[in-house]
Amino acid sequence: MIINHPHLGPRDASEFSILGDASLINRPDWQAGDADDAFYSYLYLRDNPAGLHRELWFHEQGDRSWLVVTRDTVTHAIIDVALASDIAKAATSKMSKVNAGKKTAAKKTAAKKTATKKTATKKTATKRDVT
Amino acid sequence: MHYSIWSLINQALTGNRNWAPVWRDPEPKSHYDIVIVGGGGHGLATAFYLASRYGMKNIAVLEKGWIGSGNIGRNTTIVRSNYLLDGNEPFYEKSLQLWEGLEQDINYNAMMSQRGIINLYHSDAQRDSYVRRGNAMRLHGADAELLNQDQLRSLCPFLDYENARFPIMGGLLQKRAGTARHDAVAWGYARAADQRGVDIIQNCDVTDFLIKDGVCTGVETSKGTIRAGKIGVAVAGSTSRVMAKAGLRLPIESHVLQAFVTEGLKPVIPGVITFGAGHFYISQSDKGGLVFGGDIDGYNSYAQRGNLPVFEDVCEGGMAIMPMIGRARMLRNWGGIMDMSMDGSPIIDKTPIDHLYLNAGWCYGGFKATPASGLCFAHLLARDEPHEVATKLRLDRFRRGAMLDERGAGAQPNLH
Repeated sequence: MIINHPHLGPRDASEFSILGDASLINRPDWQAGDADDAFYSYLYLRDNPAGLHRELWFHEQGDRSWLVVTRDTVTHAIIDVALASDIAKAATSKMSKVNAGKKTAAKKTAAKKTATKKTATKKTATKRDVT
Repeated sequence: MHYSIWSLINQALTGNRNWAPVWRDPEPKSHYDIVIVGGGGHGLATAFYLASRYGMKNIAVLEKGWIGSGNIGRNTTIVRSNYLLDGNEPFYEKSLQLWEGLEQDINYNAMMSQRGIINLYHSDAQRDSYVRRGNAMRLHGADAELLNQDQLRSLCPFLDYENARFPIMGGLLQKRAGTARHDAVAWGYARAADQRGVDIIQNCDVTDFLIKDGVCTGVETSKGTIRAGKIGVAVAGSTSRVMAKAGLRLPIESHVLQAFVTEGLKPVIPGVITFGAGHFYISQSDKGGLVFGGDIDGYNSYAQRGNLPVFEDVCEGGMAIMPMIGRARMLRNWGGIMDMSMDGSPIIDKTPIDHLYLNAGWCYGGFKATPASGLCFAHLLARDEPHEVATKLRLDRFRRGAMLDERGAGAQPNLH
C-alpha cells in the first residue's frame, strides 16, 4: 500500500505503523458522569467496518507525523490522507466555538469559519503534493 | 456409510461405484431448535458435539459460501496446547485431548500427526520464561520438555546455532502437539454432524436477526426466514459484520494473516518449529511442502490477501533460524481474515440479546481450538452455562478488567 503523505508525497506503508480507528482521537471526558461506559467503548469496542475505514497511521520511519487515512478494508485502496493534527484542531476549535457562542448566528459563523479553514488546509496539501 | 478398512476393500472390489455423498444438501426447514451461523470448523464442530454429546436434535448450520471456505481451509494446520494463562491452558489442553480422539469420534481420517512443536529460545531470559510456561502447562496436565542446545541439535541439526544476532540456545518441546489435515477436519465434522441429523445448509447468507424485546427468535436468510430456539454465531473474521446486524459492537478487529507454502521437498523438518526472536512458524506437510507463516499484516482488512512487506518479514524470520530453506521455491501464499480480540483470547459467551450466543475472537489461533471451541459452544448452547474449561472466555471480561492477555500487549489487536 502507498500512503500519499500530505507533506512528503507517496510513501510505502511499511514506513508507518497503524494504531487503529481514527475515533481514538476523540478521547472521552474523564469527568463526565458516564465516563466508565465511555472509556469502555473508547478502549475496547470497534466498528470494524468492511468498506471505508478512517484510521490513524504514524509515520514512524519518516517525519513522525500522525495521519488519518481513509482506506477501504475490502480492497486496501486508500481514498484520502490528512494530517491528524489538522483534524484534531478543527474538531477542537469547532467544539470551543460552539461552546462559546450563545447565539445561533454565532454558531453559524463558527461552522462557516471551520469550513473555510478546512478548504484552506486541503488546498495547501494539494499544493504540497504537486511540489 | 461407516468408513473402515472393510468399506475401503469393498468399494475397491466393486469398482468404487457405491460411495455415497459425504453429507446431504437439504433445504432449510422453517424452524430449528438450534441454528449455528457459520459453517467453518468451529460451527461444524459445535453442531457435531450438540448432536453427539448433548443429545440435541433439530439443528442447522448456515453457511454463506461452502463449508470449509474460510479459515478452516486457510490455516497452517498446527495443533498445540502450549499456553501460559489459567483461563487459556485448560481450554487448549482439552482441545488437544479431543484432537487425540477426533478421528475415532468422527470416523474420518483427519491425518492428525503428533509430530511435536519446538519453540526456540534465544536468550537466558527467554529460557526462564519458557521454563515458566512449561511448568504452567504441566500443572494443567499438558506435556512440556525443556531442551538444551545439545538435545535440540540431535533433533534439528539444520538450525543456525551460530547466528550472531539470534543464537539458538534450546527450545521448549511439546511432543503431543503436531499438525492435522485442515480441510479433512471440516469435512469430517460435517459428515459426522450430518449423520446425526444436522442440516448443513450452504450458500445461505444470514441477512438479519429477528429480534423482539431483546430476544432473538430467528434469522432472515437468502433462503428465507428461519426461526430458532437458540442462535449461535461462529463466523470468525466476519463477526463484527454479522453481529452489527444484531446491533452489537464488539471488542474485535478483523485483520489479514498470510500463510505460505513451498514446492514439495523430501522430509527435512521433523515437527513444528517456531522462532522465538521474531514471528515465524514452520512445519512440513505430508505432501512435502514447507508450510509457514508469521505476523498478521497489522491493518484492518476484509480482503483475503495481504501485502509484500509482511511476506518479506516472514521469510527473513525463516532465514534467520534455518538458512537451508532459502533455496526452496515458493508455491503459493494466501490470506485469511482473523477476528482479533482486544486481549488476544477468544470469546465463547451469551450476548446481551437473549437466545443469541457468540463464539469469536480466535485471533490467529482458531484451528487448534476447533474441537474445544465446538464442545464449549455446544455446552453453552445446550446448558446455558459455560463449560468448565471456558469459564474465563467471557464477553464482559473487558469491562470487568479480567483480560486474558497472553502476550501482555494491551488493548491493541494488531499486536496480539
